[in-house]
Amino acid sequence: MSGTEIVTDVVVIGAGPCGLFAVFELGLLDLKCHLIDILDRPGGQCAELYPEKPIYDIPAFPMITGQGLTDNLMQQIAPFSPEFHFNRMVNSVEKLEDGSFRLVTDADEVFLCKVVVIAAGGGSFQPKRPPVEGIEAFEGKSVFYSVRRMDDFRDQDIVVIGGGDSALDWTLNLQPLARSLTLVHRRDAFRAAPDSVNKMKAMVADGKISLLLGQVARIEGDNGQLERIHFSTDAGDVSIPATRMLPFFGLTMKLGPVADWGLELNDNLIVVDTEKFETSVPGIFAIGDINTYPGKLKLILSGFHEAALMAQRAKKIVAPEERVIFQYTTSSTKLQKKLGVA
Amino acid sequence: MKIHVTDQDGAEHELEGLEGWRVMEVIRDWGLNIKAECGGALSCATCHVFVDPDWFARLAPRSDEEEDMLDSVPDVRPTSRLSCQILLSEELDGLKVTLARSAAQ
Repeated sequence: MSGTEIVTDVVVIGAGPCGLFAVFELGLLDLKCHLIDILDRPGGQCAELYPEKPIYDIPAFPMITGQGLTDNLMQQIAPFSPEFHFNRMVNSVEKLEDGSFRLVTDADEVFLCKVVVIAAGGGSFQPKRPPVEGIEAFEGKSVFYSVRRMDDFRDQDIVVIGGGDSALDWTLNLQPLARSLTLVHRRDAFRAAPDSVNKMKAMVADGKISLLLGQVARIEGDNGQLERIHFSTDAGDVSIPATRMLPFFGLTMKLGPVADWGLELNDNLIVVDTEKFETSVPGIFAIGDINTYPGKLKLILSGFHEAALMAQRAKKIVAPEERVIFQYTTSSTKLQKKLGVA
Repeated sequence: MKIHVTDQDGAEHELEGLEGWRVMEVIRDWGLNIKAECGGALSCATCHVFVDPDWFARLAPRSDEEEDMLDSVPDVRPTSRLSCQILLSEELDGLKVTLARSAAQ
């Protein structure tokens, strides 16, 4: 919600495996976390790219899937009641005079915290863009990568591109209110749910929508308003009039606003030390795939290690006076109470 | 074993490959512009290459899963492959590929 101001110890940017495990390590030290992620659920790459794929190099798990790992981490951090803010991107991070931080999201929420942990993997997930010259000028006006308001598509000549569930679902949902709708895909095979594919084919047979096999080559229009789309097909170039285009090629990661936060970067990765995993700005840490240091390996297990060491330093920033005694969860009643098992 | 890779700017590179490596891994190891964000899990399609037509037919055909992943690439051509799915062997010594725009970081 816009205008909200949230005060917390730590804001973790990114709810992938490393961000989630950071909540555990910080939680054992009594630090309260809020997590912000651009996806609509926890897990990061593990949830978005390969939820069903097996991972074989998580210590003590001979095999676990991306989703399984995410589910287990969520269970492991549940005692610390982390608060999640999904479908959000952090636009800015500002260091205040007292050394704390003020973060603002793309939904205008404000977070005030003493420590920032960037666990953003390869950056924020963004829709893949068709390689069409000048497409940026049309984005948000007549080219959309998601449907926020159905009314934006009412009585429009819509072109949906793709063969997955998003493309098929929106083809079926938008058809009733479109003036015309054309589904464009590179081949006559669809990886979307068979039921959706059958419904789509029935609509094509009934003449309610058109199906075109090809790939977008060029777009025409003025002031961001789309007028015509050209496709390359097996039968040569084909063009159709269109006022809305919805390309669904999935997501890819872009570093995004992190690049503008004044942190020392090396090849689009955030430079950290290997004692605290702190960035060039004290109080801002970076763990997991997004950081770099000599010998860095982009492994989930490395991110877990980084989270543990980062938490020690974060504690000193949040509670400089407090003496921290190193303890094991196996033997410490104090830690077990925090975990809700003693 | 050598492979020839043309990058997105048209520059040609001769890269030393090792049997058993994936073409994506060789390209990444040599520091060319390849995103390969899922690391070879056949989950992202950001290691997309165009294979030289003479070489294309000599590769094992695309799997259904690779075909599906290519749907998330906006610039597919008949010779498109995901380079994480091409395993180097002696028969592929001299392989020629071109990095697709969609594989750039």
